[in-house]
Amino acid sequence: MVSSQEVRKVEVPENVKKRLSIPFEENFFAGHTACQGCGASLGLRYVLKAYGKKTILAIPACCSTIIAGPWPYSAINANLFHTAFETTGAVISGIEAALKARGYRVKGEDGIMVVGWAGDGGTADIGLQALSGFLERGHDAVYIMYDNEAYMNTGIQRSSSTPYGAWTTNTPGGKRHFVEKTHKKKVIDIVIAHKIPYAATASIAFPEDFIRKLKKAQKMPGPSFIQLFAPCPTGWRAPTDKSIEIARLAVQTAYFPLFEYENGRYRINMPSTKKEPKPIEEFLKLQGRFKYMTKDDIQKLQEWVLKEWEELKKKAEVFG
Amino acid sequence: MPMKKVLKGNEAAAWAAKLAKPKVIAAFPITPSTLVPEKISEFVANGELDAEFIKVESEHSAISACVGAAAAGVRTFTATASQGLALMHEILFIAAGMRLPIVMAIGNRALSAPINIWNDWQDTISERDTGWIQFYAENNQEALDLILIAFKVAEDERVLLPAMTGFDAFILTHTVEPVEIPDQELVDEFLGEYKPKHAYLDPKRPITQGTLAFPAHYMEARYKVWEAMENAREVIKEVFEEFERKFGRRYQMVEEYRTDDAEIIMITMGSLAGTLKDFVDRKREEGVKVGAAKITVYRPFPIEEIRALAKKAKVLAILEKDVSFGSGGAVFADVARSLINEKEKPMILDFIIGLGGRDVTFKQLDEALSIAKKVIKEGVEKDIYWIGLREEIL
Repeated sequence: MVSSQEVRKVEVPENVKKRLSIPFEENFFAGHTACQGCGASLGLRYVLKAYGKKTILAIPACCSTIIAGPWPYSAINANLFHTAFETTGAVISGIEAALKARGYRVKGEDGIMVVGWAGDGGTADIGLQALSGFLERGHDAVYIMYDNEAYMNTGIQRSSSTPYGAWTTNTPGGKRHFVEKTHKKKVIDIVIAHKIPYAATASIAFPEDFIRKLKKAQKMPGPSFIQLFAPCPTGWRAPTDKSIEIARLAVQTAYFPLFEYENGRYRINMPSTKKEPKPIEEFLKLQGRFKYMTKDDIQKLQEWVLKEWEELKKKAEVFG
Repeated sequence: MPMKKVLKGNEAAAWAAKLAKPKVIAAFPITPSTLVPEKISEFVANGELDAEFIKVESEHSAISACVGAAAAGVRTFTATASQGLALMHEILFIAAGMRLPIVMAIGNRALSAPINIWNDWQDTISERDTGWIQFYAENNQEALDLILIAFKVAEDERVLLPAMTGFDAFILTHTVEPVEIPDQELVDEFLGEYKPKHAYLDPKRPITQGTLAFPAHYMEARYKVWEAMENAREVIKEVFEEFERKFGRRYQMVEEYRTDDAEIIMITMGSLAGTLKDFVDRKREEGVKVGAAKITVYRPFPIEEIRALAKKAKVLAILEKDVSFGSGGAVFADVARSLINEKEKPMILDFIIGLGGRDVTFKQLDEALSIAKKVIKEGVEKDIYWIGLREEIL
C-alpha cells in the first residue's frame, strides 16, 4: 500500500501529467476521518483533483463535515465553508454573488469554482428548497449531491433517496416487514425541471467519466448539478473493499444509469449504453441492507428499475 | 449638504443601506418590511447602488446567502420581520459565531399564532441570545442613523458581530416623517471600505470557516463572542460620539428624559419612547415626579447605564411589547439582572403592553403609572402586569 502522501512525492514528468485523464494534483489529504471504503470521500478527492485549490467548497452538516476534520485540522487544501444542513444552495449563491462583486471571474476554465457538496438528505430532502432557489436564479456554481442513499452521519436513517426494500435504522424490517416502502426519489428529474444548462449522474466506479463531467460543468455557464453515486459500506452493511464493485453494479444493472442532460438534450453515457442491464440481484446481494427483501420486493424493485431505464432511453431517443 | 426627504421608515432603512454601499443584498418579502428590499432593488435597477441583489426563495436562504457573501468578504445587508426573522433563527447563531458583520433591518412585528402583522418586539427579543447587536429606533431618522451606526459597530475589529436595527411595524415602517439623509461623502468617511481580515474566502489563501469544534475548543469560540459583545459597549459609545461629530445627531445607550428628581422612571424602547415622552410632559404639568428612559441598545444590554438610572428613582416601570411566557418581559429580566447585586435598588415593575399592534394610549400609561405610585406606599405585591387587556373577550 502506498499512502497518498507518498504518491505525491513520486516524480512524474510534466508531459505524462498532462496526459492523465485524472489530474495528478492532490488537494484532499490523508488524515481525513472517513470510514473505510467511503465513497463520498473518494468523490470529494476527485472534485478537488478536477477543480484544484482555487475551489470554494460549501459543505452542509453531513458526513463530509466530519471527514474534512475538526478544528484546527483540515484535510482539504481549498477554501472550505461549513454551513447549516439545508442551506447549501443559498450559501453558494451568496459566495458566488460576493466573488462577482469583488470582480472575480467565477466558473469557466480559469474562473474560481464555487462548489456545493452535499449528501442526499441535505439535497433531496431538507436542502431541496435552497437547491431549487439556486438553480432557478441561475448562479454560476456547481452543486454536487453525493448520494449514499440515507442519512449516514446521524446513523443510517432513510432519506427520500433510499431505495425500495432497504433496511435503515428507521426502516428496521422487524416482524411487520417494516423496510423502505417507497422508491428512490429522482432528484435529478426535479433538477432538470429547472431547465438548467447542465445536469448529470456520475459514479465513483467511473472516475474518468466523473472528472469529464466535472470539467464540463466547469465550462458551462449558470448552475450545474451532478448526482454522484457514493456507496457507504457502514450504512449499506457491505464489505469495505466492495464500494467500487457495488457502484459499478449499480450502473450495470441500470439501477443508477450514467447520463447527461445538456441544454435540453439527454445522453446516456458509457457503460450504461453498452449492454442489457444485469439482474438487480447482482447489485443487491453484496449489501446487507437488502437482506429483508422478499422475492416479491426484489421483483417490484426490478420492475421499477427497468421501467425507469426504459423511460430514460426514451428521453435519450427523443431528446438526444 | 444633507437633504431632507419625507420618508417611510422602510424607505429610510433602504436609504441607509444605499449610503452604506453593501456589495450583496439578499432578501425575501414579508410584511411590514417588504418595502426595504423593494426600494433597494429600485436603487440597484437605476444604477444608484452597485450591488448584487439575490432574490432568494425564503428568509432562511436570505440570511444564508448573506452569510456566504459576508464570508466571501463583502459588506452585506438584508431586511425582514417576525416569522421571517424566526425562520432565520438557526442561521443567526452561525452569522455571529463566524463573526460576520451582516446588518439587518427589522420592522418589528408580532409572531403567530394568531396571525398578526402589527407591531410588537417579540421577533427581535426572541433573537437576543444569538450574538447579534440590537438597536431599537424611536423614529424614522433613528432607523436610518442606527443602520449606519450598526455597520460601523459590526465591522469594528474589536467587535465583528452582526447587528440588527429594529423599528416598529407600521408605526414607523409605513408612516412618513421628514428624514435628513446624510451626505454620501460623509458616510463614506464614517464607514470606510469593508476590508475583512478574518472572514475572506480568498482563492489565493485557502481557509476553513465554521468547522467542527470538539468540546475541547467550542467553549473558547463562544467566549470570544461574549468578549466581542462586551467590547461592543465601548465601541458603540465611540461610534455614537463620532456620529454626533459628523452628523450632529446624538445617540446614547440609554436616553433619559426628565429623570432628575423623578420618583418613577418609565423605561421603554422603540417608537413607544415618543409616546412616553409626551406622557411624561403631561404628567410633569400635573406635578407628578415621573421621567422616561429609552433603551436604544438592547444587546449588549446597557447594564451600567441602567445602574446609574436606578440610583435616581424609587420605582422603575418597564413598558415592553414582548413576553417570555412563564417568566415575564425580557427587558424586565435584563433590568433586574443589572441591579441584582446593587446594595440599594428601586422597586421594579413590568408592564406588558401594546402586543400585536394594540395602540398604547395615555389611559394605559396612566394605569401603569398609578400602579407604580401605589407600590411606593405599599410595596411590591406583584411585579408583572398586562396592561390594556380587554377583559370582556378573555
